[in-house]
Amino acid sequence: MLKDITLGQYHPGDSPIHRLDPRSKLLLTIAYITAVFLVQSAAGYLLPLAYLLLVTWLAGIPLRYLLKGIKPLTMILALTFVLNLFFAQGETVWLQWGFLRLTQEGFTTALFFSLRLVFLVMGTSVLTLTTSPVALTDAMERLLSPLRVIRFPAHELAMMMSIALRFIPTLLEETDKIMKAQMARGADFESGNLMRRAKAMVPLLVPLFVGAFQRASDLAMAMEARCYRGGEHRTRMKVLRFSRLDVLAALSMLALVLLIMGEGSLYG
Amino acid sequence: MPIVIQGLTHTYMQGSPFQATAVHEVSLTVGDGEFLGLIGHTGSGKSTLIQHLNGLLKPTAGRVLVDGADVFAKDTDRRAIRRKVGLVFQYPEHQLFEETVAKDIAFGPKNLGLEDNEVDRRVRAACGAVRIDYDSLANRSIYELSGGQMRRVAIAGVLAMEPEVLVLDEPAAGLDPRGRADILYMIQELHAQRAITVIMVSHSMEDVARMVNRIVVMSQGRVVMDGLPAEIFARGEELRGMGLDVPEAVRLADELRAKGFDIPPEACQMEEVRDAILAQIGGAGRC
Amino acid sequence: MPEQFEHMVAAQNVTFSYQETAQPALSDVSLAIQPGEFVAVLGHNGSGKSSLAKLCNALHLPTSGTVTVCGMDTQDEAQLWNIRQHAGMVFQNPDNQLVSTIVEEDVAFGLENLGTPQPEIRPKVDEALRAVSMYEYRASAPHMLSGGQKQRVAIAGVLAMAPRVMILDEATAMLDPSGRREVLATMGRLHKERGITVIWITHSMSEAATAQRVVVLNEGKLALTGTPREVFRQVEQLRALGLDVPPMTEMAHALRQRGLELSDDILTVKEMVEELCRLSSRA
Repeated sequence: MLKDITLGQYHPGDSPIHRLDPRSKLLLTIAYITAVFLVQSAAGYLLPLAYLLLVTWLAGIPLRYLLKGIKPLTMILALTFVLNLFFAQGETVWLQWGFLRLTQEGFTTALFFSLRLVFLVMGTSVLTLTTSPVALTDAMERLLSPLRVIRFPAHELAMMMSIALRFIPTLLEETDKIMKAQMARGADFESGNLMRRAKAMVPLLVPLFVGAFQRASDLAMAMEARCYRGGEHRTRMKVLRFSRLDVLAALSMLALVLLIMGEGSLYG
Repeated sequence: MPIVIQGLTHTYMQGSPFQATAVHEVSLTVGDGEFLGLIGHTGSGKSTLIQHLNGLLKPTAGRVLVDGADVFAKDTDRRAIRRKVGLVFQYPEHQLFEETVAKDIAFGPKNLGLEDNEVDRRVRAACGAVRIDYDSLANRSIYELSGGQMRRVAIAGVLAMEPEVLVLDEPAAGLDPRGRADILYMIQELHAQRAITVIMVSHSMEDVARMVNRIVVMSQGRVVMDGLPAEIFARGEELRGMGLDVPEAVRLADELRAKGFDIPPEACQMEEVRDAILAQIGGAGRC
Repeated sequence: MPEQFEHMVAAQNVTFSYQETAQPALSDVSLAIQPGEFVAVLGHNGSGKSSLAKLCNALHLPTSGTVTVCGMDTQDEAQLWNIRQHAGMVFQNPDNQLVSTIVEEDVAFGLENLGTPQPEIRPKVDEALRAVSMYEYRASAPHMLSGGQKQRVAIAGVLAMAPRVMILDEATAMLDPSGRREVLATMGRLHKERGITVIWITHSMSEAATAQRVVVLNEGKLALTGTPREVFRQVEQLRALGLDVPPMTEMAHALRQRGLELSDDILTVKEMVEELCRLSSRA
């Protein structure tokens, strides 16, 4: 019953944040991440934090969902912190131990880098929690479509992404089935060293790839039969329209950026 | 080697919003040498149930005993269970992965850690059982085979484990009439000649009526009927209520009985009904 | 597209090979399908059924001979999209022909490809979904649907493009009995109510029995053609072609062989009962 797992982490709802045009949300997320990088002081991080909490509250998303997004990153966060802590350049030495030097500047850099990473992940989490993968793909295609002039394959990229989304549940189900079928023939996917385990994956991966190619070829045929010939001449059923809500969101983001810059100039 | 299922319940994704009970307190005993047909509407829990028989799924409650051993007890070697109970999934040809027919069939026996000559013996025997000509096909690529041949090779891959119980999930699905007939005939032969227990999931009432000697009907995760084919098909109304059908031979027998023909109640195969008709007509007119 | 045309689909002396050297999948097949017909095409795997289906939609082009759809030659590249719009196809595997993660977007896919003006798409999509009784599922994800429902969505996707003929290439082969019934009933209704020509490729004799005409292919050639009764009565020949015979036809055949004077036209249980009653009252 793998197919019951919802894709991505979309948390359906009808909040003002959910109702924003996906293009706005995508652009605002990028703006938000940029804003986070403009922060100059530890206290300055309170601004993007407040903004994030406000948006999360408006979207009606439990806070733990955001924290869940950071969990898998704990290792990377720790590594970023430690590396920056010891290897960043600095004057004010706190501790010296062989070639390792702990400086005040190093500590600040380490803290900032980790905080940026945390905000980056939480910011994109808010985006994916409030925007369905389909809407996101759609937004990406439309935002990138002006680049078609320079032959950037915006439509093809979006089509690939949406087909991938469509087939992930199917392939998950198939993986489960093939795995069980091989286990029924005595296959062992769980024990042995790394080499053995890698080798044990062959009976799973080969049928999975063969199946995926078959599906791809079937799908291509079905798409052609339904008159698919790339992005040109295509119209769309759903149109995206910016509303007053989007203007409001943009203004709030502008305010955040200005506040951060203002706060930064205090230290300038 | 009997299989005993006791109070088996399986709930998918328990504790999540997607929680769904697929099998509900099923108890069932399958004796040696039986040929059991498992029927039910899609989603009635058949596929979930059979995956417990060799320990691929773990029950939420209840237990399964294979040859007296609890499949899910801590000290049970589940791989030994999987050798005894062979499971053929739907569209089993999708699991083929080796370069050649022989290598793919050898996958199971090799996993059992058998000697090369024993592996070879089993591969040849399995080929024979599914009517795949070893000499001409053993070294062929699996992708050169027809759909029906691929299906038979996949079944051979399970037979090479030399199971005592063979469980098949819709073995004839998606094949053309000739392919269907071949596969079904082969399964009947396996049951008759090797005296193995066969459990077959099927959507075709015609096939079930012809092949099995006991039918278990599932609906909404529960076993709702269990008996001889004639007993089951006598309950046509109930079957239809579950979205199932009865074989046309049974429908014909029912309608003829309603018109006053004397058709024995145990007749549920074409030949039986045919002979009953022949015995009747020539006698006095009734309609 | 021509205003007037004689046949909905016409194949004239069509030979088709996948590779130049290989044994042709179809050889010298001529077949004409009339507007409004419901034709079942039977044949075992490799008999050329699928090739024939794909020739009707210009997914394959004949190696020799011609195929016309609504009077348009499939070799005429200028008409390619016209042909594909008018000859819609539904394929075997329900999982491998839906493109989108949302049902209604999938139904819109063909219309979007045709460049249908945006305001016209939504009403056509809704109408097509209603026609296959899948409107309630318009916002669902395809992987949450049953096989029969997926095939109905695929039918809606084709239907929205307003085709004249629909070719279903073993569209029920991977479905359970209730899924088969759903899909067959849906197409039967579309044929009756909208006069859509249907080419129904199948292994199932009971499905073929509902058609107006049956065409049997064998080894790339036309083997038998006629009404279901005309074709099914040739029990021995069907068996030789690797096909099933409907159960009641087979029963009638067996009884006739054993001396009962039954009609050789029997397809259904009802007809069998009537015949047997007639016989026994006369005896």
